[in-house]
Amino acid sequence: MAEMENAKGSTLRYACGNVLSFFILILIGVLAFSIRLFSVIKYESVIHEFDPYFNYRVTQFLTKNGIYDFWNWFDDRTWYPLGRVIGGTVYPGLTLTAGSLWWLLNSLNIPLSVETVCVFTAPIFSAYAAWATYLLTKEVKGTGAGLTAAVLLAMVPSYISRSVAGSYDNEAVAIFALIFTFYLYIKTLNTGSLFYATLNALAYFYMVCSWGGYTFIINLIPMHVLLCIVTGRYSSRLYIAYAPLVVLGTLLAALVPVVGFNAVMTSEHFASFLVFIILHVVALVYYIKGILSPKMFKVAVTLVVAVGVVVCCAMMAVLVALVASSPTKGWSGRSLSLLDPTYASKYIPIIASVSEHQPPTWPSYFMDINVLAFLVPAGIISCFLPLSDASSFVVLYIVTSVYFSGVMVRLMLVLAPAACIMSGIALSEAFSVFTRSIKFQMPKLLDDSDPVPGDIASANSVVQSNQAKVEKHSAVDKSEGTLKERPQKKSKKKEKEPLEKASIKSQIEKKLLVLPLESSVLAILLLVLLGAFYVVHCVWAAAEAYSAPSIVLTSHNHDGLHVFDDFREAYAWLSHNTEVDDKVASWWDYGYQTTAMANRTVIVDNNTWNNTHIATVGTAMSSPEKAAWEIFNSLDVKYVLVVFGGLVGYPSDDINKFLWMVRIGGGVFPHIKEPDYLRDGQYRIDSQATPTMLNCLMYKLSYYRFVETDGKGFDRVRRTEIGKKYFKLSHFEEVFTTHHWMVRIYKLKPPKNRIRGKTKKSKSSPKTSASKKDDRVKKNPWR
Amino acid sequence: MEPPLLTIPSALIFFVFASLIFSSTPSPQELQIVNAERRIDLSSHIVRVFLTLKVENTGTSPASEVLLAFPPTQFEHLALVKAAAAVGKRKKKSYTPLTVKSSELIDAPNGAKFFSVLLLNQLNAGETVTLEILYALTHSLEPFPEEISQSEPQLVYFRDSAIILSPYHIKEQTTFIKTPSTKVESYTVVEPTNRANTELKYGQYNDRAPYSYSPIIIHFENNHPFAVVEELLREVEISHWGSIQITEHYKLVHAGARHRGVFSRVEYQSRPSISGVSSFKHLLARLPPRVHSVYYRDGIGNISSSHLRIDSKKSELEIEPRYPLFGGWKSTFVIGYGLPLQDFVFEAPDGSRYLNFSFGCPILETIVDKLTIKVVLPEGSKDPNAAVPFAVDQHMETKYSYLDVVGRPVVVLEKNNVVPDHITPFQVYYKFHPVFMLAEPLMLITAFFLLFVTCVAYLHIDLSIQKS
Repeated sequence: MAEMENAKGSTLRYACGNVLSFFILILIGVLAFSIRLFSVIKYESVIHEFDPYFNYRVTQFLTKNGIYDFWNWFDDRTWYPLGRVIGGTVYPGLTLTAGSLWWLLNSLNIPLSVETVCVFTAPIFSAYAAWATYLLTKEVKGTGAGLTAAVLLAMVPSYISRSVAGSYDNEAVAIFALIFTFYLYIKTLNTGSLFYATLNALAYFYMVCSWGGYTFIINLIPMHVLLCIVTGRYSSRLYIAYAPLVVLGTLLAALVPVVGFNAVMTSEHFASFLVFIILHVVALVYYIKGILSPKMFKVAVTLVVAVGVVVCCAMMAVLVALVASSPTKGWSGRSLSLLDPTYASKYIPIIASVSEHQPPTWPSYFMDINVLAFLVPAGIISCFLPLSDASSFVVLYIVTSVYFSGVMVRLMLVLAPAACIMSGIALSEAFSVFTRSIKFQMPKLLDDSDPVPGDIASANSVVQSNQAKVEKHSAVDKSEGTLKERPQKKSKKKEKEPLEKASIKSQIEKKLLVLPLESSVLAILLLVLLGAFYVVHCVWAAAEAYSAPSIVLTSHNHDGLHVFDDFREAYAWLSHNTEVDDKVASWWDYGYQTTAMANRTVIVDNNTWNNTHIATVGTAMSSPEKAAWEIFNSLDVKYVLVVFGGLVGYPSDDINKFLWMVRIGGGVFPHIKEPDYLRDGQYRIDSQATPTMLNCLMYKLSYYRFVETDGKGFDRVRRTEIGKKYFKLSHFEEVFTTHHWMVRIYKLKPPKNRIRGKTKKSKSSPKTSASKKDDRVKKNPWR
Repeated sequence: MEPPLLTIPSALIFFVFASLIFSSTPSPQELQIVNAERRIDLSSHIVRVFLTLKVENTGTSPASEVLLAFPPTQFEHLALVKAAAAVGKRKKKSYTPLTVKSSELIDAPNGAKFFSVLLLNQLNAGETVTLEILYALTHSLEPFPEEISQSEPQLVYFRDSAIILSPYHIKEQTTFIKTPSTKVESYTVVEPTNRANTELKYGQYNDRAPYSYSPIIIHFENNHPFAVVEELLREVEISHWGSIQITEHYKLVHAGARHRGVFSRVEYQSRPSISGVSSFKHLLARLPPRVHSVYYRDGIGNISSSHLRIDSKKSELEIEPRYPLFGGWKSTFVIGYGLPLQDFVFEAPDGSRYLNFSFGCPILETIVDKLTIKVVLPEGSKDPNAAVPFAVDQHMETKYSYLDVVGRPVVVLEKNNVVPDHITPFQVYYKFHPVFMLAEPLMLITAFFLLFVTCVAYLHIDLSIQKS
């Protein structure tokens, strides 16, 4: 190598670096895919949790009936008797993606079932997301940082939690779309190419198709543009990056039925248009500045400012008045609860009742992004050295996403890529500083006469003695020497000579930043240790914490693995042994699963679009038996399904969710009062519980004949004996209870003829039984 | 696609010739049954009847067939009729199977249906022959009461005739009916009738005229699992890379007395002896030995309650449906497994290959209302034809799977009303050249090669208009 020509050698190194990073990227993709397969290996290839079941059902419909029927699909199996227009209310990105994947495979005669395709969509897209992260970070800080960030993202627990095999949810695809849109934005910003700008609009369109979180993009990018303008970084590249995105993006977004005119009407999109106008004003100013002499320009400025301010004030006044006229100020409930974290708990109990909408706790940060939390500040610092358009964007991204993740635990998912990018930058910068220090001091130690090849050899030898993971970084660092300056130059492939010069220059500059040899070796070791800790944690999180599909539960005891498959037992029973058109009432959590697995019509489901309807079910559950029967009967319900964990100790059962039913029900029907169900502000079901609690339907359906199992009625979730042990059901009958009692299904008894006979009797002798009748009225205030 | 070649069982051909030669079959009156013994087994939900007939030719011309008569209601539920001629006496007795075919008699009273047993040797005047006949009836136990609650046992009616329906004069006859337990609610008495333990004896009756009929009804307890597979689709996919993949789709129903009202888990779990006695939660499937990659699932995922026992002779898969099946409850599931190719596919002397596989349902003691077996032959197979020991509907299909271009020929065999006695081997013959095995790997290799060539070409072509 020493004999080789300098230029030739660098070309070879450049090519080697490219091939190496290509293979590293492939390995990262494999890693991202395979770390998410724990759920399939430990459990089975099955759709997880709640929302994925809905998406799965929609995909099944799409593959069966085609795209046009899908757009026009009115689903009568849910929200009975209202129904739901699925085609117009669902973000179709995920469904269309999996549907076309399935279609492609089947047209190649690879007979994979829709379920299999759905199960593996999320892992596939997390590999794509890792590659998109590489591209984005590469645009910001070069290949080394890109690869590091991609590795980190491939196994960040926060993202794994949403994209394990089987977790077939919008986020799985949307995170890829989010990162890719950001990448294309940065790419356009760096190159000023209209080609990338168009791609950017398309990527944004895909994001809009996939997830409601697209509003994050359409607010973050304007914020960045504004930041660039304010800090005097306006350029034609910025214009190319932003203006086509707003115009094309908004037009495309309006094509998605669920967004439609919201793309121009709601306040979430307002910022983008405002910045669009500002950008044009600024562009105009720069243009005029270019054609006028400085003196004339000053005159023009005063003129324009005077007129402009007046016009703007008038416009703003009209806009404010328009916005203020709507009760939510044009914002949707979910966005408002983001801006005002206390909003949901005050006004919308349905949003507040979902655990993923709660603010996160500190341990959940450590759980979900682990050591990245400590690396992020370092990354931010290195983004400021030097601050470019791209690095200012990622700084803005991390800052906003940290805020959002603080409001809702679910939005930790948006933070994760930002944290990975920042940590990738930090780690890569740290490694490059340390390895460079070693590289420049090793020759002196070894007394090598030839500095250049010795450098590489020594750097190699040091790094290879460490773990395999570091090898990647070292390889990256090698290529980085030449690639370092690329993104800032916005030059195309062919310029190698100036790059070479620049790298030599930068090497000389970098010599000034040399750290002592021992401390750099130590620091590298510590960083590797940190990385190893992260890897161990991620694998643990993927294998243990986030792989459970939640419809199958397992427990280990002394005689091996025990499987609790009660949910599917109940859904299978419903699907085979009830009439096709029977309506099943349950709390909304189980709506999607019931329609997807049992194929039965439900009253409410996880879409939660109609608060009153949910409140009706909540009211029924918190009413006494007879009143509940009347509510359910009026809704044409035939079966009531409750989830009960008291026998086996399954904590997220309906009794634990019951207070939300009371709250949501009480929010619409004021005769349900939360204090009636609480004894001295405490929620309890033992003998101290209030009579309202012990007589409500939920209590009765959950604990019916429960005492006969152990003779005492000991509830293993609440760790107490139940308050009312022996009671009979008068209006419901138990038709099915699963093996571990986790799901209990009751049937509404048909209205009895006897009742009519009684009323006839009382009518026949109204005078004599008048007092009796009054008694009955008093007894049943619900009539 | 060329029309499928179907084999006509050689016996049928034989019969056609036989009927041509003996165009004048002896009228029924020329035969008489000297002694008839009937044993009806009611212990499961498949009614099996063993009939021993000693037939004598009292006419002048030799007889070649013996007719069996069935009332039309039984004929509908008849799943299987087998006949054998007993040769030799006592311990040296051996049975030779005989051909049985459906037959018509113009002057049959009350729509009685017939099967004729073709004798191996003609029965000359004055000779006697002993026939052993087995027939199985499905859906012949009628639950009464039709709906029962969880704690009630299941009672059923069985209807038949005390006297064997026959076109011949029967000199002596006896009928034994075996009930599953001693719990018999009621039974029709046709003197002489005896009941001892689990056995009911009708007869002996002497000198009954042809077509005598004396209806009887027996009301008894039968808690045997009435497992009926409404539809069973078995797909046998042959891969010459070394394995046979079998997928079986079941639609199972409990065909006994319908469950009424409440299902209480606490009673079912705490008092298993009296609660839900007619329900069942286990089924045993007998699979071939050396079975591998067994799975048991339904539309919503794995069913985690099954046990597989493998030994050298057989494999037993004990499956539990997701929930115990009470009367009228249904369930669907899929069982799939792989088998080594060399155990089931052989090369015939003429160079063609044949699959030797068992017909019927692997789950023990089940009735299959509609059985469809699809044998998916490898892509490139030619001239498929099936040889099944009894009459089945056959047709051909084409299936596309795993990168197929021309598709795989599928032999479809359909049969209604299948009982475990139908588990007999059948063969599917086909011609296959091993070179077709390489088609798909070569396709993949070519595709990847082209991909790489395109990549190389793309990297070496400069498509830019303006040279910089």
